[in-house]
Amino acid sequence: MSGWAGRAPPKKGENYELRADLNSEYRDKRKDAIKRVIANMTVGKDVSGLFPDVLKNMQTEDLEQKKLVYLYLMNYAKTQPELVILAVNTFVKDTADSNPLVRALAIRTMGCLRAEKIINYLCDPLQQCLRDDNPYVRKTAALCVAKLYDLKPELAIDNGFIEQLQDLVSDSNPMVVANAVVALTDIHQTALAAAESENPPDPRATFTLDSHILNKLLIALNECSEWGRVAILSSLARYRAVDEKESEHICERVVPQFQHVNGSVVLSAIKVVMIHMRGVGREDLVKQLVRKMAPPLVTLVSSEPEVQWVALRNINLLLQKRSDILQNEMRVFFCKYNDPPYVKVEKLDIMVRLAQEKNVDTLLSELKEYASEVDVDFVRKSIKAIGQCAIKIDSSAERCVNVLLELISTRVSYVVQEAVVVIKDIFRKYPDRYEGVIPTLCANLEELDEPEAKASLIWIIGEYADKIENADELLAIFVETFTEEAYQVQLQTLTAVVKLFLKKPDSAQGVVQRVLETATKDCDSPDVRDRAYIYWRLLSTDPGAAKAVVLAVRPPISLPRTTVSPAVLEELLGEISSLASVYHKPADTFIGRGRVGADALQKRIHDLEDDVSREKALKTVVAGQKSENLLDFDDAPAEGAGGLGVTTNSLAATTLTTGASAITTSNPLDDLVELFGSSGMGAPAAAPSFAQPAAFGSAFSAPPALASTPSPAPIPSASSAQQPQDDLLGLF
Amino acid sequence: MTSLIAILDLKGKPLIQRSYRDDVSASHIERFLPLILEIEEEGQQVTPCFTSQGVNFMHIRHSNLYLLALSKRNTNAAEIILFLHRLSSVLIEYFKELEEESIRDNFVIIYELFDEMMDFGYPQTTESKILQEYITQESYKLEVQVRPPPAVTNAVSWRSEGIRYRKNEVFLDVIESVNMLVNANGSVIRSEILGSVKMKCYLSGMPELRLGLNDKVMFENTGRTSRGKSIEMEDVKFHQCVRLSRFENDRTISFIPPDGEFELMSYRLSTPVKPLIWVEASVESHKGSRIEYTVKVKAHFKRRSTANNVEIYVPVPDDADGPKFRASTGSVHYAPDKSAFVWKIKQLGGSREFLMRAHFGLPSVENPETVEKRAPITVKFEIPYFTVSGIQVRYLKIVEKSGYQALPWVRYITQHGDDYSLRTALEKGSAPIVQPA
Repeated sequence: MSGWAGRAPPKKGENYELRADLNSEYRDKRKDAIKRVIANMTVGKDVSGLFPDVLKNMQTEDLEQKKLVYLYLMNYAKTQPELVILAVNTFVKDTADSNPLVRALAIRTMGCLRAEKIINYLCDPLQQCLRDDNPYVRKTAALCVAKLYDLKPELAIDNGFIEQLQDLVSDSNPMVVANAVVALTDIHQTALAAAESENPPDPRATFTLDSHILNKLLIALNECSEWGRVAILSSLARYRAVDEKESEHICERVVPQFQHVNGSVVLSAIKVVMIHMRGVGREDLVKQLVRKMAPPLVTLVSSEPEVQWVALRNINLLLQKRSDILQNEMRVFFCKYNDPPYVKVEKLDIMVRLAQEKNVDTLLSELKEYASEVDVDFVRKSIKAIGQCAIKIDSSAERCVNVLLELISTRVSYVVQEAVVVIKDIFRKYPDRYEGVIPTLCANLEELDEPEAKASLIWIIGEYADKIENADELLAIFVETFTEEAYQVQLQTLTAVVKLFLKKPDSAQGVVQRVLETATKDCDSPDVRDRAYIYWRLLSTDPGAAKAVVLAVRPPISLPRTTVSPAVLEELLGEISSLASVYHKPADTFIGRGRVGADALQKRIHDLEDDVSREKALKTVVAGQKSENLLDFDDAPAEGAGGLGVTTNSLAATTLTTGASAITTSNPLDDLVELFGSSGMGAPAAAPSFAQPAAFGSAFSAPPALASTPSPAPIPSASSAQQPQDDLLGLF
Repeated sequence: MTSLIAILDLKGKPLIQRSYRDDVSASHIERFLPLILEIEEEGQQVTPCFTSQGVNFMHIRHSNLYLLALSKRNTNAAEIILFLHRLSSVLIEYFKELEEESIRDNFVIIYELFDEMMDFGYPQTTESKILQEYITQESYKLEVQVRPPPAVTNAVSWRSEGIRYRKNEVFLDVIESVNMLVNANGSVIRSEILGSVKMKCYLSGMPELRLGLNDKVMFENTGRTSRGKSIEMEDVKFHQCVRLSRFENDRTISFIPPDGEFELMSYRLSTPVKPLIWVEASVESHKGSRIEYTVKVKAHFKRRSTANNVEIYVPVPDDADGPKFRASTGSVHYAPDKSAFVWKIKQLGGSREFLMRAHFGLPSVENPETVEKRAPITVKFEIPYFTVSGIQVRYLKIVEKSGYQALPWVRYITQHGDDYSLRTALEKGSAPIVQPA
């Protein structure tokens, strides 16, 4: 049997039984069989072989059965394109059914089949349905045009469907208006995405918004369903107001939507207001708008955790532009015990943004509370936040240091380590102010086992070597175990010992000799070895120059007000509630259009920059070039995510965006690796720190000429350090 | 916009899925859980949205399920996340519970709902009441073929025409939930009132309703001086039936209500609230032998009110056992699954004060792995006939063209919010928390 009919269906097994039932003479049996087929489809079994048998059951009065057959067709139409054609007749017949539900169902499903063969038969029924009496059919047909365009753009254009959609924007039914807007926008986006930089999108496919359409949208906005409002608001966000009056008008008409119960309507409304507020000159109106924004944002913070998180990410962005929006609302962001970790982390960041002289005390006691919770990661971030407060608010620094000392006294290992790292940052911001705490820190030397904490403490010891009596003994401990330490710790030990030597030449002669020898002979990291060589030669040729280099005054660190460059921020604010605003990354970096996207991004940033300011534009050009260079070696398609990382990296680096907490790794390669590897949302955390080299004593941990690894972007602000660097290079 | 929606179990296996667009292949669903594990392994937070290889993963958790949406575009994340929540609540209204089993048993209707709630990746009708009118499990039993209810596309998409009641009635419930965070030293560091006006509407025809509250802003706008107290609502959210532009103009709350039960509005006040129910606990811990609690509860509201069903959750160490309780009122029981004991008081009169003591044994050998959790004390309660904010319904006008008389009933209640917690102080004399290296 099986010998001559290799492709014939087997005569047993589940599919065989199903086939028999599908062809049964009893209606109930057939329907039951269809259900079983769908059930198998749901669990992932292949039932595509039953296509002709299922198809036979399509013509039926039973709506549920019809839906099931349609569902089956949608799933398998692509695998059996020749057979789909058999269904066309029934489909076309259904689009003329007396029941609007059937008409809509047929037109909806036909659009979803996505088979070339059937497309041509779609046009006539679609024409009819777009003009149907029933709004339910019209709204379904409207979306069907977008489906058609997605499959065969020229067909949608040539049949005049897009003009018909534009007519539907004036439909009497708000739901139809909303779906027409949705479809037009979708087509617009598809056309834009398909357009290469050389040939612009087909003008017939673009959705041009003029003042005529604006009015229709504003009217429909108040009448249609929540999702329709989101669609209309998105279109309003794209509209370019002709004058200030129109901007004001749009803002005033959109503001009532702040009261909508659906959070995405609220966020979309905020987006529209943020965009059109740019065109509003009246100070009082702007103030009023900003004031009205606060309460709905606060309310969003008590929604479901996932919604909260989206809202918090957007609030974070809004605060970077307008720090005044929620200035009195810090308490709202206090973490609840049961908040999911991702919400807590966002809240922390926002609280630091909202920290001011008047509320910092409350915040500090709250942060101290968090530092005693169970979640280690959250505890660390809370301690970091304390440091950020100190750096942000000068007058609070002492209180912050006291809180940190209290935390150190708990002797919980990770708390102590994090506190040490944070205190180092405070030292960098306020040199010579809190030397009194150094003995406490040194007393905890044995507690430290994490490289970052060790490196931080060693940096402090090196920096204050002349004031710490037993600095040589302390550093000797680390020299002793030099080869076993992490590179980060090795580099710091090296620099600290050299500092010690320059400050107290008599007592440190031996130890400096020892560390230089170990580092150059027994160390396998080129970075450490090279730095040791530089120091060695520097010290032996010109101790004066060595002093100028190693003990150079470092620029104090500060807390950045934004996590992205001003131009990107403007762009993201225009995208509030979208993924871009949630990731804090421009859309082109993650929607995977590769090189084209990156170029378009730079171009757009350019355009935006012109609006923002000339000076900033220059910076972006630099950024643009850099990301282009880096992207060059990253052309492999699989590395899409990598390209993304690099772009953000260089953008962030050139625009000096770094957290105070950014002193994370001393190896620039780590940064890159981290960025390449991070597929998630680590953007702020992974932002590389421009200040890294400066952070650790020597202003040039990896001078370009010596770097064996890609070095971070140059340090524009470290101009004071620039001079000695030239000297140094001159030595070779 | 989203290309694909799927419901997954905790192992990441898709239970049911619906692809709306071709641009994202269904094979990406299988990458979801490995990606989450990868992010966790890297020590990063798993966030509701993340991107990988050009595909954006947006998801929510519902008990033991993931609801996942995939997209390639820079889609409206808020919209999709909210849609997923809406999807889960619609499914709950259909099947009572949303879990693996109810999905397997109802895949046919879920497919139908997928189709009706979203088209080409754009959310459509998500009102479960309307959906239930034309998507039912019993559809084949109906004699007549179902048609799309006009409400799907009406300007009044939430109410069908031709509703009739013999007795026209409206019930209003004003419910205020109090959220409060009290620090270990007894100071209130955060408090807010989340109010909600719920309606049960049994009215015929297409009635026009107008609700009057003692809203301070409205009194100021109209220049009226109110007798009695007026309240200042910080943020008000309305059911989609309320005309937002009218509220924006003159603070009038006017609407055509849906039929049956719904939430008309919610509001928020962040005016400082005194703790209605105050709890303090002193803890005496003797490591390796026993731990003792003295809990005091005090009702900080007027004598004429009563709090019902008060439940006080006091956290205890995970390894505590052998509970002994003594309470001056109510009953106490140990809930080891929550690592807490619960003190239940059926009725707590205003200004009353009660004490209870608890005693637990602790294992003599300490588990070095245990980290001391410092969960806060949480309280549940409800106080009828009372609102903290002082909100009042001044009138509810009902106008219908047939001119019937309808009776409005109003009820007030104040209850705990989802975060009414009092932090516990660090135990005195206990060893500091030590984390094993």
